[in-house]
Amino acid sequence: MRRMNGYLKAGLLLTGFLAALIILGYFWTPYDPTAMAVGPKTDAPSLAHWMGTDNFGRDIFSRVLKGAGMTFAIALSTVAIGAVCGTAVGALTGYFGGVVDDALMRFNDALTAFPSILLALVIISVLGPGSKYNVVLALGIVFIPSFARVTRTAFAALREVNYVKSARLMGAGNGRILAVHILPNTMQVLLPAITIGFNNAVLAEASMSYLGIGVTPPDASLGYMLSEAQSMFTLAPWYAVGTGLVIILLVFGVGLIGEGLQRRGNEVA
Amino acid sequence: MKEELVLSVRHVTSGYHEGGVFRRGAYHEVLHDVTFDIRYGEILGLVGESGTGKSTLARTILNMVKPDQGVVVHYTRRPQMIFQDPYSSLNPAYTVGWILEEPLRIYGKYDAPERKRRVRDMLDRVELPGEVLTAKPRELSGGQRQRVSIAAALIQRPRFIIADEPVSALDVTIQAQILKLLKDLRDELDLSFLFISHDLNVVYQLCDRVLVMKAGRIVEQGAVDDIFDHPQADYTRQLLAAAE
Repeated sequence: MRRMNGYLKAGLLLTGFLAALIILGYFWTPYDPTAMAVGPKTDAPSLAHWMGTDNFGRDIFSRVLKGAGMTFAIALSTVAIGAVCGTAVGALTGYFGGVVDDALMRFNDALTAFPSILLALVIISVLGPGSKYNVVLALGIVFIPSFARVTRTAFAALREVNYVKSARLMGAGNGRILAVHILPNTMQVLLPAITIGFNNAVLAEASMSYLGIGVTPPDASLGYMLSEAQSMFTLAPWYAVGTGLVIILLVFGVGLIGEGLQRRGNEVA
Repeated sequence: MKEELVLSVRHVTSGYHEGGVFRRGAYHEVLHDVTFDIRYGEILGLVGESGTGKSTLARTILNMVKPDQGVVVHYTRRPQMIFQDPYSSLNPAYTVGWILEEPLRIYGKYDAPERKRRVRDMLDRVELPGEVLTAKPRELSGGQRQRVSIAAALIQRPRFIIADEPVSALDVTIQAQILKLLKDLRDELDLSFLFISHDLNVVYQLCDRVLVMKAGRIVEQGAVDDIFDHPQADYTRQLLAAAE
C-alpha cells in the first residue's frame, strides 16, 4: 500500500465515523423515526433529543440517521451504476476508437448538453415518479457520461503503451487487456472521479427530493427532510441545521478522500 | 546449402495518408521495397538515423501496421519485442512476479507450480535475485527493469526477438552487461534477433550481419565486418565517419 497523506487520513476517519453511524441507524435508532409525539413538539436540542424534535414531536436525530442511510444508499448505488456503465463505455470507446467511439461519444455529448437535474427530471417522468429505485436509475444514467469521458481518456492513452503492446504480442485477448492490463492503471483517475461523483450524487438526490421529485414518504432522505425543515424553519430551526450539517459532513469527508487520492496520484506520477 | 530462416521480408512498402477532414491527404511513404531475411541463430543489426523508418519496419514485422505492398513471412511463432524504454514496458500496477508469470497464464499450457518454476528459471537466466519477484517495477533500477523486460519477452520461449534500441536508455556500463546477456541468451535459448540501433559501436559488438537503412530504403546489407571495413554505399561511409 502506498503512503497515506493527511487528506486521505482525515477523510477516511470522518467518512468512516459517519458510515458507522449510518450502519448503526439501519439497525437501531434512539427513537422510532416515524413515531409521533415521542417528545414535546418543536423541542430544542436536549440530552433526550440530540437534534430536537419536529412539529409532530418526532425525534430528529433518529430521522437524520435513517435519512442519511437512505441518502448514502442512493448515492452509492447511483455512483455504482455511473462508474460501472461509464467505465464500460469509456473502455470500449477509448480502446477501440473508430466508429464505436464516434457514435457513443456524440451520444455522450448530447447527454452532457442537458443540465443534470433537468435530465434526471425527464428520466423520472418517463420511468414514473415516487420510487427510490427510479431516482437511483435516473441519477445513475445522468452520471454515466462524466465517468465515460474520464475513463475514455485513460484507456485511449494506455492502449498504445508498451506493456499493452507486449501483452498483445504474447497473445492476450482484448478482454484480458482491458480488464487486467489497463483497468488497474486507470484507478488513479477513476477513484477521485468516484468520490466526486458520490458527492454530486448526494447533492443531486438532495435537490431532487427537496423539489419533491425524489424519495416520497414513508421513505425519507436528507433532501426530503430539508424540504420538510423549510416549512418549520422559524419553529424548529434545529431541524434544518441538523440535517444540513450531516449532508455537509458527508460531502466534506468524501471530498477529503478524493483530494487525498488525487494528491497521492500526483506524487507517484 | 540453404540456411534455415526465421523471417522473410519481401518488397515491403508502407506509408500513411495525412489526415484530411473531407478527403485523404497527401501520401507519405515510410518504407520502400524493403527485402531481407533473418537466418536462424543470427543477430541482424538494423542501423540508420532516427526518422528513417526503423520502428515502422519493426511494427510492420509484428503486424501492428499492415504493409501497403509486400509480405512478411514468419517461420517461428509468437515473436516478441524488447522496447527501448524500460519504464513503460512493465505494467506499473503489478509485481515483477506477476508480470513474468502473465505470459505463461496467457499461453495457458502450464499449471501454477510449473509457471512458478519457469519464472524462477528465467530470473536466473537474466541474473536477477529472487527478491525482485515481490517488487513493483518502480522500485527497480533501469538496468534491472530491462532485465525483467527481457525475461518477460523470453518466457514464452519465442525463437525470434525484435529489440528496438534496448540499451540506448541505459548507462554505458549497464549497456555492456545487457549486451553480453543478450548474446549469452541467444546461445542458450537458440534465439535470433533483429537488433535496431542508431549506435554503430553497439551493432559492431553484437551483430553478425547488418542492414543500413536510409529514408525507408535498405541501402546496404551484409556481414558486419564487411560493412564496417569496406562500406559500399556513400550513406554507410557517412554513418561510419560520423561515429568515429
